[in-house]
Amino acid sequence: MAQFVLFDEEFQQIKEVIGRLRADAQAKVVFIVDKNGQQIAAQGDLEALDTTSLASLTAGNVAATDGLAKLIGEKEFPVLFHEGERDNVYISIVGQRVILVVIFDERSSLGLVRLRVRKANQDLERIFVAIQAKVESEKERRTDGVDSPFAEITDDDIDSLFRE
Amino acid sequence: MTFINYAAREINCKIVYYGPGLCGKTTNLQYIYDRTNPAAKGKLISLATETDRTLFFDFLPLDLGTVRGFKTRFHLYTVPGQVFYDASRKLILKGVDGVVFVADSQEARMDANVESMRNLEKNLEDHGFDLNTIPYVLQFNKRDLPTALPADEMYRQLNYKGEPTFEATAPLGTGVFDTLKAVAKQVLMELRKK
Repeated sequence: MAQFVLFDEEFQQIKEVIGRLRADAQAKVVFIVDKNGQQIAAQGDLEALDTTSLASLTAGNVAATDGLAKLIGEKEFPVLFHEGERDNVYISIVGQRVILVVIFDERSSLGLVRLRVRKANQDLERIFVAIQAKVESEKERRTDGVDSPFAEITDDDIDSLFRE
Repeated sequence: MTFINYAAREINCKIVYYGPGLCGKTTNLQYIYDRTNPAAKGKLISLATETDRTLFFDFLPLDLGTVRGFKTRFHLYTVPGQVFYDASRKLILKGVDGVVFVADSQEARMDANVESMRNLEKNLEDHGFDLNTIPYVLQFNKRDLPTALPADEMYRQLNYKGEPTFEATAPLGTGVFDTLKAVAKQVLMELRKK
């Protein structure tokens, strides 16, 4: 079973990139989701938003569109855009592994968002390549005898989660 | 794919409820949603048709509590059971950490159970998973119906690898949390091996 691990250092870097993107693109919200629907990081006016549901639906949306792409012989559709009356959603795939979502209204424009996302995509891709490398080296370190914090999980730990 | 977030000290896991059409996958999630403390759950999202059949998936995020200082969050998904939604079903299995197979106990649905299980096996394989090794729980649902087959007869036909098996009546909640607990336990135990 594969695992995706996010460390504090890279988490801060990701937040910085998407925070900058939000400001540069004059967007309301920017967030990053992995392709399985787990939210990785978010920036912006999040109070009124159910980001967990957004993450899951975004991933479902991208998965369905990926399926469509394959059916017509495309590798993927790297960009999805949904235009609403007030708010718009711009979705792009970063390095075939994670999904970048920008929500914006009339204070910004599709052209500006597209331009800023292109730059942020490159920065994010670099970070995710670094994360992957770190996970690999952690794995090797572990086989050298250093255990993960979960190696010691006991039945009691798990049972306690289900106690009323 | 378990997502371990050291920055937020969270573990996120994905569990998929699989099974033939109308076997009670959504009802399992609905019961869990109804009986969970509001602070520990998110919204239950159902992408369903006008006749309340699952079209793409149902989704329920659950916080189970803390293990070793990490918040454990489970994302529960159901697949659309109807045969012709296979492409969508396959998408939902992407990155799955544990599977619950909900079987319909009615005798007339045994063929559908068997067909759906074969479909699960194949769709998991296409994602590079193996039903023999992935955390897996079997649930015999609709035990309250008069047409329900004896549990041992169902076990004979549907048991895959000696997985934990529970009898359930999902609308009343019987067996629902036992099933969830059993699969969550296996998923967390997998973390030990990493």
